[in-house]
Amino acid sequence: MDVITRGAVITEPGNSVENKTGTWRVFKPVINYDKCIRCLICWQFCPEPAILRHDDEETKQKTPAPKEALKKLPVVEIDYDYCKGCGICYNECPVHAIDFVKEEK
Amino acid sequence: MKAMIRGNESIAYAFKLARVKVIPAYPITPSTLVPEKISEFLANGEMDAEFVPVESEHSAISAAIGASAHGVRVGTATASQGLALMHEVLFIASGMRLPIVMGIGNRALSAPINIWCDHQDMMSQRDTGWMQFYAESNQEGLDLGIMAFKIAEDERILLPAMVGIDAFVLTHTVEPVDIPEQKDVDDFLGEFVPHYVTLDPEKPATLGSFGFPEYFMEFKYGQWIAMERAKKVIDEVFEEFHNKFGRKYSKVTPEFLEDADIVLVTMGSMTSTTREFVKKLRKEGKKVGLLKLTTFRPFPKEELRALLKDVPVVAVVERNISFGFGGAVYAELAATFANESKKPKIIDFIVGLGGRDITFKTLNEVVGIAEKALKEDVDEVNWIDVNKEAVLKAEGLL
Amino acid sequence: MNYEKEEFFAPGHGMCAGCAAPIIVKWVLKLAGPNTIVVNATGCLEVATTAYPHTSWRVPWLHVAFENAAAAASGIEAAARAKGEKLNIIAFGGDGGTVDIGFQALSGMVERGHNVLYVLYDNEAYMNTGIQRSGATPWGAWTTTSKVGNANPIGKLQPKKPVARIIAAHNAKYVATANPAIFNDFKKKVEKALSYDGARFLHVISSCTTGWRHDPSKTVEIMKLASDTGIFPLWEVVDGDLENMRITYKPKKFKPVEEYLKPQGRFRHLLKNPEYVKKLQEQVDAWWAKYGHHYNP
Repeated sequence: MDVITRGAVITEPGNSVENKTGTWRVFKPVINYDKCIRCLICWQFCPEPAILRHDDEETKQKTPAPKEALKKLPVVEIDYDYCKGCGICYNECPVHAIDFVKEEK
Repeated sequence: MKAMIRGNESIAYAFKLARVKVIPAYPITPSTLVPEKISEFLANGEMDAEFVPVESEHSAISAAIGASAHGVRVGTATASQGLALMHEVLFIASGMRLPIVMGIGNRALSAPINIWCDHQDMMSQRDTGWMQFYAESNQEGLDLGIMAFKIAEDERILLPAMVGIDAFVLTHTVEPVDIPEQKDVDDFLGEFVPHYVTLDPEKPATLGSFGFPEYFMEFKYGQWIAMERAKKVIDEVFEEFHNKFGRKYSKVTPEFLEDADIVLVTMGSMTSTTREFVKKLRKEGKKVGLLKLTTFRPFPKEELRALLKDVPVVAVVERNISFGFGGAVYAELAATFANESKKPKIIDFIVGLGGRDITFKTLNEVVGIAEKALKEDVDEVNWIDVNKEAVLKAEGLL
Repeated sequence: MNYEKEEFFAPGHGMCAGCAAPIIVKWVLKLAGPNTIVVNATGCLEVATTAYPHTSWRVPWLHVAFENAAAAASGIEAAARAKGEKLNIIAFGGDGGTVDIGFQALSGMVERGHNVLYVLYDNEAYMNTGIQRSGATPWGAWTTTSKVGNANPIGKLQPKKPVARIIAAHNAKYVATANPAIFNDFKKKVEKALSYDGARFLHVISSCTTGWRHDPSKTVEIMKLASDTGIFPLWEVVDGDLENMRITYKPKKFKPVEEYLKPQGRFRHLLKNPEYVKKLQEQVDAWWAKYGHHYNP
């Protein structure tokens, strides 16, 4: 997209992904895959959205989930590029499978 | 086809002939007949468009933006308070570069409430980034209405445009008008192609974004450039129209200017009265000329400089007032000559506010003061046909 | 076609951490799919998602001004009709842009029956300008223009404008109140609203961590309490038939309003006086006494 467009239109849909809002984070949610029951509530409520869901065999391999956890689908993954650390996922997880830890910078 | 129609019908015919697809409009005197006529066209199956009977003028122009952004040709009409209610949204239409065309039944602004003619409504929208044309007759209203689409939609321009027709004097007065054939207008305008980014699910774009200081000025500069370029495009479109339909238009039209000591600058329907008056004066041997201003935005500085630089006295006769300075046309014309070494003496005459008649008597007084100005200093701003004594008394000055 | 797994609302936007509005937006878009045009009233959502040259929107999106989202949507819909198109036209507005300054345009749009879904995300104050009271601010809430002090220990003295009932009374095709924290009910209502033709209105509660003054992680929890205490009842009305309004959600046992007030700084002052809490509880009980029989899951 040109630096200036006529009428200030933005022609690249969703290009806000260039803003890495993960830098806002003070606390960081960390998924404990041993406890995760794949209910997707974290994915459902993430306002960024910064929780990715992997429904296919190929993309799940790229997640930080341990091998054991990959046996079940879908696999959720936190996208720390965008996670602002609001903690909704941590608060809503019905099995307390998300830890909320101080961000180390 | 020659027909006897009112000025509002001229605007409605312009929309019909331009095959406007969406017309959001709200009734207001004196432009109500525009949506009424459109409604009649639609009821009779003579027009293929969506009429949106909105609940306010603010919503009329907002709906116009929505429709235009979705990539169709849009027209609307209003006047006076209605135009004032649209004010904030007018900036948005031009800032988004949407070529909407609006007919205005030029009417005074309250208070006191008054439904009759002056140009205060459109002049108050001077800085909204819309092109402004003023019609002298119903024929001009129709022709300028059609041409406004071609100018506004030009890929080089993409700015909205207003066409003013004087309240009652034109809006409600029947005049003979040559209504062009549909096929000729189709040929002239071509099929509507939006030369701007539209709301299209196939190509999702964001329209009406938030502009931080590091970008904002560039968008405004773009509008400035477009308005400057419009000067040439207007000439081209006027020329093309002349070739096709035989009627000649120009941003400024000089008449009896050769050897003129005094030139009266007019806009809108008062031009007709003034022309007859000037003819009369010429017969009497007075060197008086007339200059009709059809395009107020962009302001035709270059033409005005060329035409008026050697004229001793220019009398701006105008139906608007900017309190604390003078008339808007006077202000702009004076500024146009600010840096010129050869310039006329420019005198302002405020006339015909709120529908007060502009007669030979009015113009006689104007010329009287202008003649005086040939020899001595006169007031910069002169109110004509006003009961000054009564006002001074009310203000406690007498 | 199901687009639930797709995101039409991209991350990288500037909404506050824990803001509920993006949850509402992302789900409305997932359920609507790509054949959609969005109109957005001025407000947090508009400002924080489209700072030039970046946008979070992956569907066509238009912003005109504060009070005219419904009018702009009417124009888009008219243009779509003129072109013979069939698509979802969805307007998003906050409470200020909907129940106050944009109310006239909304009323007009609904009266004319435009085929538009208008979604009010109601965070109960002018949050974009810094927490000023709106017609949607509830009784007893502190805002920066309904301040709490010796002369006024309550905050906002007027009850919340019942905007969804007012819109339903226009004979809108479909009107519902919804709460993303009561997720299945919320989702069903969005799907239902999308399935109809005509003017549709969803009044969705949307917590604002900044204005409600709560911990960002509590957003969903607090919104759930809004319905579990009965403060924000969930119902729907089809074709303006208010007589047959259907309450779609009722907790097994209502929680006391105090539980909703406690975690929110905007209500802290009310807790100092049991009379105020009681007064609010009475308002809630009165609503349920009047309308509770409409519960029909």
